[in-house]
Amino acid sequence: MSLHATTSQTVGPFFKIGLQQLYRDHLAGELVSGQRVTIQGRVLDGDGNPVPDAILEIWQANAHGKYAHAEDTQDKPLEPGFKGYGRVPTSSDGSFRFATIKPGPVPGPDGKPQAPHLLVSVFMRGVLRRLITRIYFPNEPGNAADFILNLVEPARHATLIAIPKTSAGDAATLVWNVVLQGADETVFFDLGL
Amino acid sequence: MKSVVAYRAPYPGTQPNFLHPPYVSSIKRAPTKPPVRIPYTLSEITGPSFESEIVAPNAGDLTRQHSAEPLGERIIVSGRVLDEDNRPLPNTLLEIWQANAAGRYLHAMDQHNAPLDPNFTGCGQAVTDSEGRYRFVTIRPGAYPWPNHHNAWRPAHIHFSLFGPAFATRLITQMYFPGDPLIPFDPIFNCTADENARNRLISDFDWDTTMPGHALGYHFDLILRGREATPMEE
Repeated sequence: MSLHATTSQTVGPFFKIGLQQLYRDHLAGELVSGQRVTIQGRVLDGDGNPVPDAILEIWQANAHGKYAHAEDTQDKPLEPGFKGYGRVPTSSDGSFRFATIKPGPVPGPDGKPQAPHLLVSVFMRGVLRRLITRIYFPNEPGNAADFILNLVEPARHATLIAIPKTSAGDAATLVWNVVLQGADETVFFDLGL
Repeated sequence: MKSVVAYRAPYPGTQPNFLHPPYVSSIKRAPTKPPVRIPYTLSEITGPSFESEIVAPNAGDLTRQHSAEPLGERIIVSGRVLDEDNRPLPNTLLEIWQANAAGRYLHAMDQHNAPLDPNFTGCGQAVTDSEGRYRFVTIRPGAYPWPNHHNAWRPAHIHFSLFGPAFATRLITQMYFPGDPLIPFDPIFNCTADENARNRLISDFDWDTTMPGHALGYHFDLILRGREATPMEE
């Protein structure tokens, strides 16, 4: 018998009660290899106002391009303790921040490697089902040939690519925002949910 | 490279659209551009697992997390986590949160004029067993007013969060109680077009799990997305 997946409902404004136990803003411990990077940004609504009650979840491969999951059968190393999972809420000013390592390339649907990317789920009051997007990295040669990026109209690529935070003079800090509506609306992906 | 087996798209109408104007908060937060359809890759068929770091003592019993019992009607909420092919999903994390019996959340943003309960946090965690079963002991949450429209009240509900086997199966939803007169008027409950899909969010009263002299039982199964039968060619 075929069942239908349970319908999604909004996370609402009070998710901290249930979800804070698994907040994770450091995705890679000291023993995990890779280029360290901090990603920060804000979530903005259709009026450009910060969203103080959003929550982001991150899923990523390690620096070798290997996921900590049984269905990743690639012959690549996986550091003990690396999970690749993050969960961060936004603050009262709509900002979020997490620290991780830049993932390596993972296989893509055309048999070629995908450019390094993080998967992001975004939940908040007013959003009835999960928003799915990706964070790509700046000055990355693989971006131009990335199968998924090339499904997006070029004018919107910028919404998926983090930019160096130049004001701090800190190459290891990248800025990436979630813009819910408008000309700079972030690209969200359809996986059927 | 091995092929990737995708997850199935939802049956039409069984998941909400992003914009549902009667739920006012969606108006400025729902994306306006259609999402970009992408194929499944290794990134989406993998996902985090948590069995090793869960569960703290009494994480699944919300009535025993403090020095005394919370006020309210003690209930047992249990069921199974299955995929769309009716297969149980073992080792799946569930996180729940809810208001107390008076309809108040233990959260700084909840200013509803109802009392907090020093013996109730409203947070639970559980991991499904080998047959996909989970069980929480808690108290029935109260209804509460909210500012969506004049005289708006949320029906009693418990928030559920599940990961399942992959990034693709992530689900956050809400469970309701049978016979609640507020349900037909709730814009959040009503955001899904398919009536049967909506009604599956309402738990069943369950004599089988009701404990004599102790607690009423409610049954609530959660269905995560199933997989396509054949792999996508890479």
